[in-house]
Amino acid sequence: MTRLRSDLVWIPTFAVLVAFAVPWPLWGVDRVVAGLPVWIWWHVAWLGLCAALFALFVRSGAWERGMGRAATAPPVDGSGSAARGGDER
Amino acid sequence: MTLGLSLGVVVGYLVVALALGLVAYRVSEATAEDYYLASRSIGTLVLLFTTFATLLSAFTFFGGPNLAYAAGPEWLIVMGTLDGVLFAVLWYVIGYKQWLIGARNGYVTLGEMLGDRFGSTGLRALVAGVSLLWLFPYVMLQQMGAGEALVGLTDGAVPYWGGAALITAFMILYVAVAGLRGVAWTDTLQGLFMLSVVWVAAAWVVSSLGGVGAATEGMLAARPEFGSFGGGTYSPGFIISTAITIAFGVTMFPQINQRFFVAKSAETLKRSFALWPVLVLLLFLPAFMLGAWAAGTPIEVPEGANVLPVVLSEYAPAWFAALVVAGAMAAMMSSSDSMLLSGSSYFTRDLYRPLVDADASERREAWIARVGVAAFATLAFVASLFRPGTLIEVGDTAFSGFALLAFPVICALYWSRTTRTGMIAGVAVPQVAYLAVVLSAVVGAVPTLPRTVLGGWDVALGLMALSGALTVGVSLLTAPTEEGDASRFAVVSD
Repeated sequence: MTRLRSDLVWIPTFAVLVAFAVPWPLWGVDRVVAGLPVWIWWHVAWLGLCAALFALFVRSGAWERGMGRAATAPPVDGSGSAARGGDER
Repeated sequence: MTLGLSLGVVVGYLVVALALGLVAYRVSEATAEDYYLASRSIGTLVLLFTTFATLLSAFTFFGGPNLAYAAGPEWLIVMGTLDGVLFAVLWYVIGYKQWLIGARNGYVTLGEMLGDRFGSTGLRALVAGVSLLWLFPYVMLQQMGAGEALVGLTDGAVPYWGGAALITAFMILYVAVAGLRGVAWTDTLQGLFMLSVVWVAAAWVVSSLGGVGAATEGMLAARPEFGSFGGGTYSPGFIISTAITIAFGVTMFPQINQRFFVAKSAETLKRSFALWPVLVLLLFLPAFMLGAWAAGTPIEVPEGANVLPVVLSEYAPAWFAALVVAGAMAAMMSSSDSMLLSGSSYFTRDLYRPLVDADASERREAWIARVGVAAFATLAFVASLFRPGTLIEVGDTAFSGFALLAFPVICALYWSRTTRTGMIAGVAVPQVAYLAVVLSAVVGAVPTLPRTVLGGWDVALGLMALSGALTVGVSLLTAPTEEGDASRFAVVSD
């Protein structure tokens, strides 16, 4: 099997990403920053973070390994060819 | 606003969508795989927008701003969390796994996939039946939304039933001629259209109110509690149970679940996954903030009307308000035509063919599918005339009904020890219990069972846990059947 132990870190990462997309630490806070309540900015920033980490999850190859498939080779030439798919169907 | 102009904008949109559908029809092949799945050839942009546009219905476009207007902008957090993050994770956990085994075994529907794995026509029919049951209120929701939208747009010149009938006729016609390729193409058009329109609308209203800061100040002056996070409707129980039931429910929606089978390659799914949170935010932020800001304006929203068209007719030109209603109609159309198309595939492949006529020709199947769509949409139209609840209430009922399917499906996908009996118990028991809760509110003769307990916790959340526990528990107590084949769901490394 091609799963890596380090890939397991994605499970708690996803759990935290889901749990804190709701700004729980700002419960009851009513400060307004730059025209919007501050907890809305938290949510906006958090969804940006999610998109970045999701992209990282895909690029790292954990996406394929998590399903028990061979990962695609990471790009070694730095030409941004990470999009080369593992699936030629 | 002149009646002719507004109707012209809306009808003009419908004609453009139909033209696209006809073009798609001309390039399509006469096979079921092409009709339902566009021969599994959908690329990233189209997949992204077709899923996006399908998620967006009257529930998002009218229901969301209405709730933000009445209860505060926290709805943005609930929808952003469930749609942008939780659904994206499930997109991988359920969607990618389904894509892998679907492409290998040629599955078109969820019921077909499960029926094949467990060697059970009964399970296949059960899943299809449950899905069609909850699809019904959601199609109805779109017809209600369209009816309300045209009443608002034309000041009652077009009656509620007229708007609902127009969208019903159009969606039957459209699904009958176009198939998924046409639906996917128009979804892309509609997704881009809605996204642009809602930002222009927000810019227009905000500049009339004197900027974002002034709009928020006005909102806080009228409703000081909107500024602080939580409180009122938004208890922790409400936030968590709404986010979980809707996100899991969405993955089991026939039209969304079937999208998991249509991607051209794994790359398409991966790119869509990473872009998802941003795309969702781009739509929800302006749409729901418009609803919340409207609370600080002197507008009057009549009983039963939607806040978005009202605030636009106050602060934007008439032609633009008509364009936004056309965008909302677009959202409802793309939801409905996708739903009807998926529903018809569930009906023909999982109910009609296995139970009634196994040897039906492709031609006959296609004919049955179209008649089924027409009958289903017409019945939903008749039911929509009774207007059994608000848009959010009707939508939420359907989402929760679908959410009850999610845990058994996840068990089947990942745990090879799952048995047929476990699946049937895990699907059937919570469905019966939830149906009793829903029907008790409609049937006058029995006492109404509570939908939420202990300050906003949805009973559907408890039933979801029950569905998981039953699937696992009964599977452990029963032996796998001869006909079951866990290797059907194995992912091979190639």
